[in-house]
Amino acid sequence: MNYYTMKNSQRINLLDIPTIDFDSLVSQLSITNLRPIAFFGADWGENIKLFVSLADDEKGEILTSSALINKSQKEYNSITAQNPQYHMFEREFYEQFNIKPLNHPWLKPVRKNQDSYEFFEIEGEETHQVAVGPIHAGVIEPGHFRFMCQGEKVYNLEIMLGYQHRGVEDLIIKNPSNQLIESVCADSTAAYSIAYSEVMEALSNTKITNKAKLIRLFALEMERIAIHIGDMGAILGDIAYLMGKETFATTRTLVINTMLEITGSRFIRGLIKFGGVNFDISDKMIKKIIDTLNYVEKTTDKMTYAALNSSTVISRLEKTGYVSKKTAQELNMVGLMARSCALDLDSRFDFKNEFYSNIERKPFNATNDAYSRFKIRYKEIKDSIKIVKFFLDELKKFQNEDLYVEPNQLIANSFALSIVEAWRGELVHTATVDGEGRLSRYKIKDPSFNNWWGLSMALRNNVISDFPLCNKGFDLSYCGFDL
Amino acid sequence: MFETLKMKLWQKNQYIPDIRNAKIKDEFRGLPKLCNEKCDNCMACKNICPTGALSINPLKIDLAKCTLCGACKNICKGAIDFTNYYKLGTDSLDKLIVTQEITPEIYKKRAIEIRKEIYSIFNRSIKFRQVSAGGCNGCEMELNACSNANFDMGRYGIDFVASPRHADGIVITGPITKNMAYALEDCYKSTPNPKVVILCGACAISGGVFQNSTELNREFIEKYKIDLYIPGCPTHPLTFINAVLDFIRKKD
Repeated sequence: MNYYTMKNSQRINLLDIPTIDFDSLVSQLSITNLRPIAFFGADWGENIKLFVSLADDEKGEILTSSALINKSQKEYNSITAQNPQYHMFEREFYEQFNIKPLNHPWLKPVRKNQDSYEFFEIEGEETHQVAVGPIHAGVIEPGHFRFMCQGEKVYNLEIMLGYQHRGVEDLIIKNPSNQLIESVCADSTAAYSIAYSEVMEALSNTKITNKAKLIRLFALEMERIAIHIGDMGAILGDIAYLMGKETFATTRTLVINTMLEITGSRFIRGLIKFGGVNFDISDKMIKKIIDTLNYVEKTTDKMTYAALNSSTVISRLEKTGYVSKKTAQELNMVGLMARSCALDLDSRFDFKNEFYSNIERKPFNATNDAYSRFKIRYKEIKDSIKIVKFFLDELKKFQNEDLYVEPNQLIANSFALSIVEAWRGELVHTATVDGEGRLSRYKIKDPSFNNWWGLSMALRNNVISDFPLCNKGFDLSYCGFDL
Repeated sequence: MFETLKMKLWQKNQYIPDIRNAKIKDEFRGLPKLCNEKCDNCMACKNICPTGALSINPLKIDLAKCTLCGACKNICKGAIDFTNYYKLGTDSLDKLIVTQEITPEIYKKRAIEIRKEIYSIFNRSIKFRQVSAGGCNGCEMELNACSNANFDMGRYGIDFVASPRHADGIVITGPITKNMAYALEDCYKSTPNPKVVILCGACAISGGVFQNSTELNREFIEKYKIDLYIPGCPTHPLTFINAVLDFIRKKD
């Protein structure tokens, strides 16, 4: 198959990407073993250009190809029918460009709401539907859930999203800024801002300093620690173990208040910008961060020990919301949720990064259930605390470097793709620059885009009262999906 | 059970004793502090502002749009700064405009007017239904944090409830997307009278960084009376709790 092989955050010339026949691209994608990480169309004069990027996790390479489709073409043979990993990508492509994938098993809207919405239905005695949302009982984002139940047992959960759609991909082309990208999905502020900055730096061939790179990665790991701690609390809150809920909530406050002291924002807003970072970390601050993290680690250890020694906690977590490794693979699940299902994908290590290369990649003993999703967060908090300490130590080597480098102009006819391991998993930002040096297409793939369907599978054959527990275990983003 | 009790001993008391006068770190970007004399009209700040919140000659920052990102401060040679004053909530849009004359004292004095019909009903307790209409989960997470053991706004009788039927008002976050416009209005209509409407965060107040999006429908804001504007991106829990307390209490 005809591909251009590229690295993470590398600029390539648009003309270097091979353009192959649409039908042969489709038939080759149906049989390949590589994971799709980008599959999107772009307006190309009289045609539509379809870009496809596949990840080769073993080699740490990205294979990119494309096809030109005439706008008069209205249908093609779906890839999903053979390879379910393309399921969401093809639905999105159909919604944006109106080229119908024939034989797609479940061709529904992705973000555009329709008055009538399809869902799998069961009929018979004692069957009933439960409809929840878009406005939920808690303070969370909107989405609609439809449970198909017989008695207490859920046969299928249909998830309908799109309520949060703000047209981010169009806005970012008109007015690209770190502030806009930070507001796409606030719980992954650092990840989004890094991905955007790395894409823009690749497209403009701007080389930022090692110091700026390290401060960015430090922020990324601090974000991971903070959100994981918050989520562990939320999981325990959903099974009414309130001591755990409040202890983790106040422990998370310590981490985000440390970020406030560095960046002026609890959500790391305003730290990362195209060309570098805005704030330095002083020696005094480094000491303070390490003291705080030591206390955070101690509290997390104690609380996790107390929670997992409580039989009521264990009985709710174990064997709830099981997702097999095979299902995770077929659905193209990524990141934290894939790892909790024994599918070891971590783009920090898969795609070679100079700063992570000295860090040991520790395996996780997955049990694929809610217990696994609780336990992996604990494991990753411990790992990330070690990584943060390592980065802070490395930072001393680059003390005299600048924080910021004036960025260059975007280079005409460029294509770049950046993968960042957000706390949820692999976040992919792709951008193209036209012949006049302007952004012409910006595509975001949040890890939630892959993983929402996994939540639906987790609920099958569970009782409806376990939904909050499964939902919190996945803790997927609505706004990152809806864009 | 003993392990759980031991945790309580380890944790001690985590709550902030005095929310009304709580101290916040100096680094927090709160009320802007402007100085016209130091401004040399270079326009750099105006060009870098992502939301068009800033205007010069004289310097003005509209907190309705400002995301408090600090980009203007970083590029300016000293005319723009941010204090750590966090009580930013007001009861009208024009009070959100900050000029050189506005100090924290002046801002505080005029920010929220005491209304008899509000404090006579909601003085002791007010319950909200939160609607996220395109919110990025930042304001939502901060509103959740308002109820945690640190901030614990439940002690003042302020809470989020699960149904609009149980609520005295709604708190809106996010720029209000087309897809959420109907559900938002439905929620408003389901809330019994008398009710209040609070806009939380720059997105809800003005559209924020999404103000030019074609996917928004902000008719709701024009149609109904808004009682409280609480700026921030995202709104800090202290900003939110203090604004609501100023709104429902006759005096401290």
